Amino acid sequence: MPGRQLIMSFPVTATSHGLPDYRARGGYGALAKTLGQMKPQDVVKEVTASGLQGRGGAAFAVGRKWQVVQYDDGQPHYLIANADEGEPGTFKDRWILENNPHVLLESMLIASYALNVRNCFVYIRGEFDLPYRRLADAVEEAYAAGLFGRNILGSDFSCDIVVYRGAGAYVAGEASGLISSLEGKKGYPRNRPPRLTVRGLYQRPTVVNNVESLSNIAWIISNGADAFKAVGTPKSPGTRLFSVSGHINRPGVYEVELGYPWMKFLDEDCGGVPHGRAIKCVVPGGVSSKVLTGADIANLKLSHEDLWDAGSTLGSGGMIVIAEGTCMVALLQVLMRFYHHESCGQCTPCRHGTGWLHRILDRIVAGDGRADDIERLYYISKFNDGTTICGLGDAAGYACSGILDKFRDEFEYCIEHKRSKFGGNLECLRSS
Amino acid sequence: MKHLVPEFEKLRERFPAGFESSLVLPCLRRIQEDRGYVADSDIEELAVFLGVPQIQIEEVLSFYTQFRRKPIGRWHLQFCHNVSCSMNGAENVLAHVERKLGIKPGQTTPDGRYTLSTVECLGSCGTAPMMMVNDGYHENLTLTKLDELLQGLK
Ligand SMILES: Cc1cc2nc3c(=O)[nH]c(=O)nc-3n(C[C@H](O)[C@H](O)[C@H](O)COP(=O)(O)O)c2cc1C
Ligand code: SF4
Ligand code: FES
Repeated sequence: MPGRQLIMSFPVTATSHGLPDYRARGGYGALAKTLGQMKPQDVVKEVTASGLQGRGGAAFAVGRKWQVVQYDDGQPHYLIANADEGEPGTFKDRWILENNPHVLLESMLIASYALNVRNCFVYIRGEFDLPYRRLADAVEEAYAAGLFGRNILGSDFSCDIVVYRGAGAYVAGEASGLISSLEGKKGYPRNRPPRLTVRGLYQRPTVVNNVESLSNIAWIISNGADAFKAVGTPKSPGTRLFSVSGHINRPGVYEVELGYPWMKFLDEDCGGVPHGRAIKCVVPGGVSSKVLTGADIANLKLSHEDLWDAGSTLGSGGMIVIAEGTCMVALLQVLMRFYHHESCGQCTPCRHGTGWLHRILDRIVAGDGRADDIERLYYISKFNDGTTICGLGDAAGYACSGILDKFRDEFEYCIEHKRSKFGGNLECLRSS
Repeated sequence: MKHLVPEFEKLRERFPAGFESSLVLPCLRRIQEDRGYVADSDIEELAVFLGVPQIQIEEVLSFYTQFRRKPIGRWHLQFCHNVSCSMNGAENVLAHVERKLGIKPGQTTPDGRYTLSTVECLGSCGTAPMMMVNDGYHENLTLTKLDELLQGLK
């Protein structure tokens, strides 16, 4: 096992997702402790002291986000768990929703108490069926046990929850797009400032956190910030759930203590690459994070600081392993089709830029690439950067320039020879 | 949609006061489950019921990929063709189904049984390749598995 486990710390059985099993694991003890012994500001302090970073992509400190909310400003506040999980390569929140939904609910109750939230929401992607049913059942169990509703566990604290289903839009996973969607509109992201913690859902202060970020709260309250900081590295406390896919023998969701050696994780825990192939590159955390080559990652640890130093990020934890023999031109074409399809179209650079990137890749793959297409791809990638409302435009550019930086020769080859160096192959080949 | 109003009233009770607009997505989902798609009359009636502008509902319907304005086949096969699925043979399984059903993504078989689509990552990359059949996920697809599955869909 890659280090200590805080969220996946029990064997999954036919009943382990239910309330009785969760209670038997000590579940809802952190809520009782919170309501019985802690003031709301103590909870915010503890979470801030833990150094917990967001697990949705940007690794923004959870405590710092929470501190913006003024407990007693006389307005309603809202909390939303982001369960949209749309970043390609990412399927780790699904593990929590399916196998440990109560840890999310308990954590949301604690967060709601801390932030003076009367109504909280889980925004779950529309295609998720089993994760939705597991979560909805857990909500019913929790209501029946008096864990939601009025005067929870006999305290003054009351809180309700709604599970809200999306309807198919990647951009609705972006926090402000999510809020538009939860208001029953198309999922258009909004310009900031104002921050969502100042004006969010229906113009009220709103905290949006990723499912996994929130799911750490119960553990932090039970065990304390110091215990949390003792897990992981000083700059990356705790663990992260990685969803591993692509060319790998044992794909799946793994909880990894931050600071764990990356190659050891891939070789020992994930069983290495099929057919004994070498790693060509890895998408570290969802396709919006820059790829790193096998050589780049050889001595890296899985921590925010190591990834930042290497020019990438742990992002959403969606790790895609790519074996030698894979055509990066074809892979980038898939990615650019995705961003083009998902751009909401509000910002000109993103609307046109993603379309141009997609069409240029289409023509390179078709053998009609032009000599200056690589420069053109770079130019468009840069021109998105920082000029758009949300991060989707930027992400498309990073994904594109990231792959070009590392594998420029393959694109040159494809343009010059009018065919892919690797036959356009995306699968893991048996023999070389 | 009128017969669904009692359900919608119940749904409304779960939301805080003033959140009528938020009911647009859940109500449309329910209407689509019921009718198979969302009709013009549904839009008009829902706008009145929730007190939201009709244009908001129309925008929602065109923005999200899961909503439909027209009926489709009884079985909706949606193949993921994003990175991890493509890296594990998605094109291959898709081509097999295209051949078998004689249709391309975006089309419905003449007997109205199957509609084929391609979709972007469905959060199931570790069990690639995968597809959705109506609401359910089918993972780790192989050609044999697909053949068996299609046989069972009448
Ligand atoms: C295009 C786009 C899509 C996103 N999709 C998701 C998502 O599916 N799930 C998620 O948790 N965060 C997603 N994010 C990040 C959110 O905007 C937000 O930063 C996050 O939910 C905050 O939670 P955290 O601070 O706990 O990580 C997305 C961001 C962008 C720009
Ligand atoms: S960057 Fe792209 S996806 Fe984001 S708001 Fe602008 S157009 Fe929409
Ligand atoms: S790439 Fe197909 S489910 Fe993620």
